Amino acid sequence: MTLFGRRIPMSASLLLWAALWEIVGRAHLTILIPPLTEVFARLAEIVPTEGFAESLALTARAYLLGSTIAIGVGVPLGALMGRVPLLDRLLLPWVNVFVSAPLSALVPVIMALFGFGETTIVLTVVLFAIWIIMLDSRAGTLHVSPSLDEMAKSYGATPLQAFLKIHLWAALPEILAGVRLGLIRAVKGVIIGQLLVSVVGFGHLFEIYSSNFLMQHMWALLLVLFALAFAIDAVFAWLERRFDYFAAARQ
Amino acid sequence: MTAAILPLAPAPAPEPMVSVRGITKTYPGGVEALSGIDLDFPRGELTALLGPSGCGKTTLLKIIAGLLPATKGEVLVDGRKVSGPGPERAFVFQDFALLPWATVLRNVAFGLELRGVARSEREAIAERHVAEVGLKGFEKRYPHELSGGMRQRVGLARALAVNAEVLLMDEPFSAVDEQTRRKFQEDLLSLVANQRKTFLFVTHSIEEAVYVASRVVLLSRRPSRVSQVIAPDIARDMAPDRIRRHPAYLDAVESIWQGLKQYVD
Amino acid sequence: MMRLASVALVLGAWEWAGRKPVSPAFPAFSETMAAAWAMLLDGSLPAAVGITLAPLVLGIAISALLGIAAGVAMGLSSKAEWLGVPVFIVLQAAPLAALIPLLVLAYGVGLTSKVMTVCIMAVPVIVLNSFKAIRHTPVSMVEMGRAFLGSRRQLIAKIILPAASPIIFAGLRLGLAAGFIGAVLAELLISPTGIGDLITYNQSIADYPKMFAAIATVILLSVLFIGALDRVEATLFRPEKRGTR
Repeated sequence: MTLFGRRIPMSASLLLWAALWEIVGRAHLTILIPPLTEVFARLAEIVPTEGFAESLALTARAYLLGSTIAIGVGVPLGALMGRVPLLDRLLLPWVNVFVSAPLSALVPVIMALFGFGETTIVLTVVLFAIWIIMLDSRAGTLHVSPSLDEMAKSYGATPLQAFLKIHLWAALPEILAGVRLGLIRAVKGVIIGQLLVSVVGFGHLFEIYSSNFLMQHMWALLLVLFALAFAIDAVFAWLERRFDYFAAARQ
Repeated sequence: MTAAILPLAPAPAPEPMVSVRGITKTYPGGVEALSGIDLDFPRGELTALLGPSGCGKTTLLKIIAGLLPATKGEVLVDGRKVSGPGPERAFVFQDFALLPWATVLRNVAFGLELRGVARSEREAIAERHVAEVGLKGFEKRYPHELSGGMRQRVGLARALAVNAEVLLMDEPFSAVDEQTRRKFQEDLLSLVANQRKTFLFVTHSIEEAVYVASRVVLLSRRPSRVSQVIAPDIARDMAPDRIRRHPAYLDAVESIWQGLKQYVD
Repeated sequence: MMRLASVALVLGAWEWAGRKPVSPAFPAFSETMAAAWAMLLDGSLPAAVGITLAPLVLGIAISALLGIAAGVAMGLSSKAEWLGVPVFIVLQAAPLAALIPLLVLAYGVGLTSKVMTVCIMAVPVIVLNSFKAIRHTPVSMVEMGRAFLGSRRQLIAKIILPAASPIIFAGLRLGLAAGFIGAVLAELLISPTGIGDLITYNQSIADYPKMFAAIATVILLSVLFIGALDRVEATLFRPEKRGTR
């Protein structure tokens, strides 16, 4: 948008919303929204505490472990689906179901099988992230240009060589896009897992805050989580753009 | 002398249908696409705009159509200044620009639909033009069921249906295969002869320009200027397949190629 | 054929793992089906489905209405874009489930909180897809409309919106999937009702076949809903898809 002939960057509108938030909070319109300044004051108070650091460490560990598993399993499996029709037909119907299924309903199953600890959170992260990673990796290797394939064959590449040296690389833009979406879903998974388990990490903090009606504390925690999620998203969006030129080799 | 090379600003035929005065187009960021273009397009003739790729032919056509604003200069159509799209001009798009969710009949009638012509009336008109471009029987089909050539016939019928005096064609045959293109070019010649409309035709094919146009405007590389206006000395009433073997046709193609060669890298 | 083989393979693996058993909390497929059949006959399963669907349908209807309106407005007006897009980009990346405890504090454990849970999960993706859909209208189609003298209203109604409808619908589909997650989450977190109640109650009394039956039901339900939405899309908006598949 331009104002008085000057371009105002998009993100500046967030400041406008922040101001609106402050006004609504000061006017005490709803107990849902305390003034933003007070939330920030609380934020500065919470972040240095040991409970917060512990929760953050636990969440980060579960998130990283779960994402690593989801990527480590999802990318090769999905990429193979794109190249091996038999595997594709066996797995695709299920991947399609789970990519848009209410996975929150499956968390109780994980809890029943693995208890109320970190393992459950890690598996929830995997459960949320893996399907979209598989689906996008599959789309990537499926759409590798036939001429690239013929080139590999004409130079005598074995199927394994073709897969490792050509298909995986040509599919990189889609794979990265899938990984980014998977990582965003993983953030949601780690939070949903902790909310449902509710005795570890941020889930535990939320439990304490809400049973004591600490609205400002909750918002402070939310802002931290939103900021972290957005940072992860932004980093991967940047990575994705760097590898965009791979896609030009297709068509 | 088989191809007359006219001076840069040709002595205008009485009242040109479209005239372009000092058109300059600079894109945001400073890229100058067109630089001071002066041109007249005579009534009832087909003029081709020809030039190296990326030279701004399409930009010029879209400025004449009123789809793009010019940075400087003005366009007059039938003596009136252009400030936007108008009913006296119709556009034929390179990628056809058909509505994928509408039937052939609705696509052809779409220009009339936007003007608020009653349904029965506009469909009657559209049916006539569908038949005219040789698509009778395909009225209820959807664009994805047609070949590329047939799709462009729909685009052409849509432009004819609004009965504009000026037809602006932006590389209309570049997305169809070679055989279809030749058929199109022949059909276009009889259309020009029968319709008494003014055609502006953008193309990057020298042969196509010389074959269909009575005047060929050569644009230079970006920033584009008019480098030559050539009028191939070909009698338009001769049989279509004779034109391609006519010495005047071959000479015009050759002389244009000599003029354009310098811009090709 | 392969589809059947794929289903048979997974269900067979489930049956085998349940019989082995890998865990006392992992019933076989046949036990789960028997439990589902029993719950179907005594009426508890259909009743639970009805209860779960209420906040879901309500929430999705509200989200679709507001989300599409907001997204289209942002696509058409640069001011609305400036104001809205950054917020929704942040919201789409954010784990909005974390808002649920807040909603409970503010609105209690009733239907309002559950409907809002569905909405906060579904709205961002619907908004951003509608916005992208409007923005990705092919330029030449809009130019065509202008060349043939369409007014701004005509361009929006006859070209931009129809051209955008497939992507808007894709957004609705994603919104519905997110809404399902929200509806189940609401029943597990806020107060146990419907399918969520069947899951938590049977988990607490260790009746795992019934718990699995409830979970399988809600997943099946989401598959059916999303399939129905695809069908609606194909018949309403996509002549090029109709009958050619």
